[in-house]
Amino acid sequence: MAALLTPVASGGRAGAAPPPSGRPGRLARHWPFLLIVPALLVLLAVFVYPVAQTFVGAFTIPEPGTENFSWFFGSPANVAVLTRTFSTALWATLICLALAYPYAYLMTVASPKARAALLLIVMLPFWTSLMVRTFAWLVLLQDTGVVNDFLGLFGLGPFGLVRSRTGVLVGMVQILMPFMVLPLYSVMSGIDRRLLTAAQSLGARPIVALLRVFVPLSLPGVAAGSTMVFITSLGFYVTPALLGSPSEALISQFMYTQVSGMLKWGRGGAMAVVLFATTLLLMGLLGLAMRAGRRTRAAVR
Amino acid sequence: MPVDRPAGGTAQTAASTYPPVAAPAAAPAIRGARIDLRGMTKRFGASVAVDDVTLTVEPGEFMTFLGPSGSGKTTTLNMIAGFTDISAGALEIDERPVGGVPAHKRDIGVVFQHYALFPHMTVEENIAFPLRQRRVPKAERRRLVAAALETVQLPGHAARYPSELSGGQQQRVALARAIVFSPRVLLMDEPLGALDRKLREFLQLEIKRIHREVGSTFVFVTHDQEEALILSDRIAVFNNAGIEQVGTAHELYERPATLFVASFLGESTILRGTASPDGGGSTLAGDGFVVRAPGRLEGGRTDAALVVRPERLRLTPDAPASASGDASGGNAVPVTVVEEIYLGAARKLEVILPGGARGLVREQAGALSGLRAGDRATLRWHPEDGVLLPDDPTIERIFT
Repeated sequence: MAALLTPVASGGRAGAAPPPSGRPGRLARHWPFLLIVPALLVLLAVFVYPVAQTFVGAFTIPEPGTENFSWFFGSPANVAVLTRTFSTALWATLICLALAYPYAYLMTVASPKARAALLLIVMLPFWTSLMVRTFAWLVLLQDTGVVNDFLGLFGLGPFGLVRSRTGVLVGMVQILMPFMVLPLYSVMSGIDRRLLTAAQSLGARPIVALLRVFVPLSLPGVAAGSTMVFITSLGFYVTPALLGSPSEALISQFMYTQVSGMLKWGRGGAMAVVLFATTLLLMGLLGLAMRAGRRTRAAVR
Repeated sequence: MPVDRPAGGTAQTAASTYPPVAAPAAAPAIRGARIDLRGMTKRFGASVAVDDVTLTVEPGEFMTFLGPSGSGKTTTLNMIAGFTDISAGALEIDERPVGGVPAHKRDIGVVFQHYALFPHMTVEENIAFPLRQRRVPKAERRRLVAAALETVQLPGHAARYPSELSGGQQQRVALARAIVFSPRVLLMDEPLGALDRKLREFLQLEIKRIHREVGSTFVFVTHDQEEALILSDRIAVFNNAGIEQVGTAHELYERPATLFVASFLGESTILRGTASPDGGGSTLAGDGFVVRAPGRLEGGRTDAALVVRPERLRLTPDAPASASGDASGGNAVPVTVVEEIYLGAARKLEVILPGGARGLVREQAGALSGLRAGDRATLRWHPEDGVLLPDDPTIERIFT
């Protein structure tokens, strides 16, 4: 890569008059890497440093030791919050996937104009402030809101759509939708649709061709989108705070209470470490499972 | 080779250079299907991609659709495969109408130019795919896949993924996948178009061998006339959404029905002029020459083109007595040699005819005239060696 980007290096090999200095210096060969230095510095300052500080705090505040962790795992309520956070994130991911998969598929088969419209529909809310959208959902979903009023016309409800897990999931799914649609679309649009024609010529019904050829080839998009949505939903704060029930709080709300309300920086840090470690563990297991699956599929032959 | 193939000299020239593989003495595995196209038409909005094509492909025949891009040959193939709806007309396979049958129920093998192998499946899974769709038991599936890999000479590659194979190997796998379920019809859409010349020539012979071994009816689409000549029992020449002529390579070359066929298939010298009946044949008067030609134009047409193949022409250094012929009744036209092309066993001479049009003469190495570029000479041929056709002004635009 560096050789391709450095004209001096390729010029010498092409047999043209070599530069008098002979081989280019280290700096000349590696200068493209300097381009990432500013971004690296910003990340170090505003991400790595505070995260490291929080993690260190988990083990040192109020005094060195694992006191914060024994507190966290000592209370069943805390563990319940952690479990609830993961199950909410899982649900949000599954609902996003169920909604986004056909949507992204439609985008790949639509005309360019329709595709642009579909993309706009996904992206438009994305460009609106998260707070505005969350409050909008509050207005729509409250007991006297539009949705319940409409259902009331048919003698249904009112349902507790806000201050509940339903409200949290509705808000999360809408906000996270682009993160699922875009990776899915990006992978799906790269799938050669002529493979489906080929599958049909070999005797596969159109639905079988879709399931046996298109769906397997779209799995990288499913993995990318799901990972993105899952991990993002783990850290959601505003949406569960506004649309959720205080009795069903998620871990980010708990952290906020510990740090902002009770000034327990160490406990907040401990929760962050636990969340981070659990996420890494789950992702690692998922990665291993996928690799093992691929291996078994290859070995079965 | 099936016995019920239409008679006539076919392009079997490649048989002598056949690779040393199993002798094709064994009877073909299956009997190919007969395909009838009756007035098949395909319209896309206002434009007509295929216009009223009628053709019968005999059981076990190797039929090639030859034509330039946009001539409707691929659309016709897609209609046979069931990928494209038929706008008008009928399609029958073994006298059974299949126009409304979806592609996956037609039992037709298709090989695509772009291979269309499933990238997430191994070679074996790819080839087993049509068998799985047909609920073939696993043991039988393994046997058939191994046999198909044997047929395309790729044993030992079953566990590979398509991305690990070269283009030629991928196309062999695609071929194996298309024949493994013993379809009675195999369609191939420019299957060798993406390969380099040497590999293409080798695979042509392979396809010919596989056709003989399998026995299915093959329909092969190409724009490469040489490929069509090597492979086909019969060739259908497509142009402007329709078929210009169907026949064996020999018939198309020696007796082209239209000027398009004459110029698309092989090289030729075209003399244009006005034809008038003269005895049993015609006289063609052009710009600076008057020659005799066999046959007459139909329908009283007079604007004609006389087509003569390069190997039927001779060049002599002398000047003709007149621009209309010599004592022995042969045709003679004064020309100027402009180019010599050395071909080893032969050479080609490009000449300028009196009207400015170009002609092409082929001389075998043993019978060279000794003429060089710049020489003035006489172009001679026997009147019966020409083919008189109605002129088609569109041809000049494409082929000169």
